[in-house]
Amino acid sequence: MGLRSIIALLLATIGLVVFLSTLEPFRIFVPGLLGGAWMTVRIAALGSLLAVVFGVASALSALYGPAPLRWLARTYVEIFRGTSALVQLFWLFFVLPDFGISLEPFTVAVLALGLNVGAYGAEVVRAAIQTVPRGQWEAATAVNMTQGQMLRRIILPQAVLTMIPPWGNLFIELLKSTALVSLITISDLSFMAQEMNQTTMKTIDIFTLVLLIYLAISLTITIAMRLLENAASRGLARGRAH
Amino acid sequence: MLWDWGYALEILPVLAKAAIVTIEATFLGFLIAASLGLVFAIMRMSGPLVAGPVTLLVELVRSTPLLIQIFFLYFVLPKFGVTLDAFTAGVLALGLHYATYCSEVYRAGLENIPRGQWEASTALNLSSFTTFKDIILPQAIPPIVPALGNYLVALFKETPLLSAIAVLELMQTAKILGSETFRYVEPITLVGVIFLIMSLVSAVGIRWVERALNRRTAR
Repeated sequence: MGLRSIIALLLATIGLVVFLSTLEPFRIFVPGLLGGAWMTVRIAALGSLLAVVFGVASALSALYGPAPLRWLARTYVEIFRGTSALVQLFWLFFVLPDFGISLEPFTVAVLALGLNVGAYGAEVVRAAIQTVPRGQWEAATAVNMTQGQMLRRIILPQAVLTMIPPWGNLFIELLKSTALVSLITISDLSFMAQEMNQTTMKTIDIFTLVLLIYLAISLTITIAMRLLENAASRGLARGRAH
Repeated sequence: MLWDWGYALEILPVLAKAAIVTIEATFLGFLIAASLGLVFAIMRMSGPLVAGPVTLLVELVRSTPLLIQIFFLYFVLPKFGVTLDAFTAGVLALGLHYATYCSEVYRAGLENIPRGQWEASTALNLSSFTTFKDIILPQAIPPIVPALGNYLVALFKETPLLSAIAVLELMQTAKILGSETFRYVEPITLVGVIFLIMSLVSAVGIRWVERALNRRTAR
């Protein structure tokens, strides 16, 4: 879909949420759900930040690190891509305390989602770096740059542009995975929905609102990433013109 | 020692039995995803009156959490008089969720077929149904098998979500074992290991199918 129609869809979704929240059967759920949505947004934002850090760090270690670091990065990616996000979340929540490490549920949530999505992100970053043409490396070598300079000034700025759209997809996957944290007692949007559902049994009303709120957050991420992509490609085009 | 081998060996058969439920859910869910995905893809290629609502539905399902969709089907359908057991509701939700992903894959596959194939079939006086079934689909499916395979593995890794509506698959069984004995280390770690092994095996399987298909189409 084009950027315009996504923005139109977002406005329609927000409009629908606002309209429904003025109606009688929905009104009582709105404050609770908004509180939950705020928790969801916080976990998604911190988790995404962590995922980018883990993704970039492990891609760079897997590509250019010394052997032990390379091996560690590859193991991390294989393990976290090979098992389920919920298993990882439960492992950190139920098993880690047995090793004497007790973390807050919120920390566990951010850590588990960040680690999980970071492993997928590592592959994105690796693929993006490898699609930069070989000639760029060779030209950078010819002007006597060190490997660090080449990466920082030549390769990564070009790779960033190709990795923006797949990162956008990963951020949406991460947002969707935040629903899992309701299973480790965090009162996010899903948790609030389940709790209200149990007390009021107004299942259709509650879950419709919740689905729309998630849709609004997803669409916001999509739009933000599109705008970022446009800005980055303009910057790169300007750089090329010099 | 933290890890008790005796206990791990004792619960392994229980987990193996639960793994069968996980595998059943995976394959049934994927069967729904693969067939419904094709239906979505075809509907999105037809007139705007059909394509619009389907695109909107696909976008809604893709942008919202699977967990909420599982709850939605499990709690909401009974209000319309359709009572499903947890396993069926879970498998339906898994199938619906991944059908939206599969529909994108099918769409890419179908759009890759050159227009000339349709035109040649029209010239041969084939009906559009026959063209689609015998000319277009047999060419569109093989290149997208690896992409579909990746979604099969992704769907498999989402099956632990069914534990949220108490389906006795791997994760739920591990949690019950943990709550009975207050030892979570072995059950949850074993579930992780089982998932890792099955994912790695299926990744090798997908690569193998991909190579076999490439060889067939090259011939």
